Amino acid sequence: MSKLVITDLHVTVETEDGPKEILKGVTLTINEGETHAIMGPNGSGKSTLAYSIAGHPKYTITSGSVTLDGQDVLALSVDERARAGLFLAMQYPVEVPGVSVSNFLRTAKTAIDGEAPKLRTWVKDVNGALERLNLDPSFGTRSVNEGFSGGEKKRHEIAQLELLDPKVAVLDETDSGLDIDALKIVSDGVNRFRQREGKGVLLITHYTRILRYIEPDFVHVFVDGRVAESGGKELADQLEAEGYDKYLKAVQA
Amino acid sequence: MTVTTDSVRSALEQTSELDRVESHLHPAGSFDVADHEVPTGREEIWRFTPLKRLKGLHADAPLDGRNTKATWNAPDGVRVDVVTGDEATDLRGVSGWAPNTRFTARVLAEVRATLLVDVPADVEAGEPIVIDVEGTDADVTSGAHVVLRFGRHSKAVVVLNHTGSAAVSAVVEVVVGDGAEASVVSIQDWADDAVHLSHHQARIGRDATYKHAAISFGGDLVRMDANVTYDGPGGSAELLGLYFADAGQHIEHRIFADHTAPRTKSHAVYKGALQGEKAHTVWVGNVLIRKVAEGIETYEENRNLVLTDGCQADSIPNLEIETGEIEGAGHASATARFDDNQLFYLQSRGISEQEAQRLVVHGFFNDLIRQVGVPSIEQRLLTTVEAELAKNVLKDIGSLAAFGSDD
Repeated sequence: MSKLVITDLHVTVETEDGPKEILKGVTLTINEGETHAIMGPNGSGKSTLAYSIAGHPKYTITSGSVTLDGQDVLALSVDERARAGLFLAMQYPVEVPGVSVSNFLRTAKTAIDGEAPKLRTWVKDVNGALERLNLDPSFGTRSVNEGFSGGEKKRHEIAQLELLDPKVAVLDETDSGLDIDALKIVSDGVNRFRQREGKGVLLITHYTRILRYIEPDFVHVFVDGRVAESGGKELADQLEAEGYDKYLKAVQA
Repeated sequence: MTVTTDSVRSALEQTSELDRVESHLHPAGSFDVADHEVPTGREEIWRFTPLKRLKGLHADAPLDGRNTKATWNAPDGVRVDVVTGDEATDLRGVSGWAPNTRFTARVLAEVRATLLVDVPADVEAGEPIVIDVEGTDADVTSGAHVVLRFGRHSKAVVVLNHTGSAAVSAVVEVVVGDGAEASVVSIQDWADDAVHLSHHQARIGRDATYKHAAISFGGDLVRMDANVTYDGPGGSAELLGLYFADAGQHIEHRIFADHTAPRTKSHAVYKGALQGEKAHTVWVGNVLIRKVAEGIETYEENRNLVLTDGCQADSIPNLEIETGEIEGAGHASATARFDDNQLFYLQSRGISEQEAQRLVVHGFFNDLIRQVGVPSIEQRLLTTVEAELAKNVLKDIGSLAAFGSDD
């Protein structure tokens, strides 16, 4: 099972002028095995949705609910959410100086599984994941995200996705800043994950480009903190042709 | 750029001969104890140090007490010995420096023996020379004079390892011969009641490399001044520091890189963590680039990680430049709490908050521990960091087997 249900989610952030509402009632269900793309203009709240699901302390949930297989996600701490089966591939992965990738991956895997991975198979798994994402095995000795190129950061996120094997992956603008080769490598990684039994994917993106490589089952247009329209993948083609203008005008009107 | 002239000038007074700068803050260097007043705590170089806790070492406490036991190993070709009489007298000021404080003047004048490590020219020591100093009584005060002499083109690592309880003032003079490669690691892993006031003074020969690592974990009050001057062009100094202050501890590190020769280098990195009520650390980094010191490079950096409330980290880089003809000069200082984004990133991968904090702290120190470059003490330092973490960050979960060595 892996069913993520977001119901009427309202989220605020603290600003100098007091709390500001960013998400204004998001409702979305990702059933087992489904890939949903969320598309929207800058500032529409897409990333806020991703971070709120993952539990970033900067965001305050004022109402609504998020459940994973019936479990109340919002009651869990950030790490508990990950152990429950949520994964967030970040748009801007954070540098952790002095902590090697291999130590980080092993510590994360140990935390998620509740026991240390078997050494022999683990080394093979890590090297395999890195290789499939076109990352050199020496990558393991580098500090997490420190000095990584934009492409390396994103490929490292997807390597983690493969190794940590969550139920539902939220990919926050994983495609941004990637050249076409890197985009293909990253997309292949996401597609390998989707092929596993019952995995859900919430793909957040500004551009339709990545949807040529990762074919969504559903597309949602996200404007001003809520889903403005939902449809199949043909909705992405329409956005490609027409842009977000008509949705933005509707909000301003 | 921060330029606190007073501090550099007061640090400057310890070098003789060269263009002395007048300063009301501190008397000139002198071997005569009478030239040094007892500090009041208002002096620039004493203003952070809680003098009351020094057990009189800054003033007139006896320096002839017996409160330490020293043991060592001596690799082939290296002499390690306690010397006395004329030999010891001749070694006073061998680093080309005259005492700038009362306690250093007293050590040179009153302590009759000198612990000498002599690495002859062209000798490469096959293993680190480890001097274990074990304190036996913190209510007794004593003084120590140590000379580490690295001959021309020699290569050696000396580790000064302090444990136990004692109240000690120490002068460590280091002479690095032309072309030599010298490492000095001083570990202050004292018991909670120890007091340690020390001055490390190094003179770096032409084209020589000097690495100094100050590592302070234990003791009620630990203060170390680690200074370098250059005896010719091309010398290079790497000044490293790692400290971890707990509740009530005062750990103070000062460095002074006095660029007295052209094309010399100094690179200082000090990193510290603080935890617990009234944990106090001080770092003062003085760098002086003299008129003669054309083509030099210097960089100094201090970073502090504050793990709990109630701690204080003072961090003061001072850079004074008397010639513009240099390759580079810079400094950085930062004191911060845990970075929420780092913790969020690690936690979003299932890692608990405490485990994430532990990873971040280990990561903070890891590069530095590697730079110390002495494999036999690397593991010990990692273990000590872990033990320090256990006092606060990890106290609720005890030890987790999950943390492996960083490979």
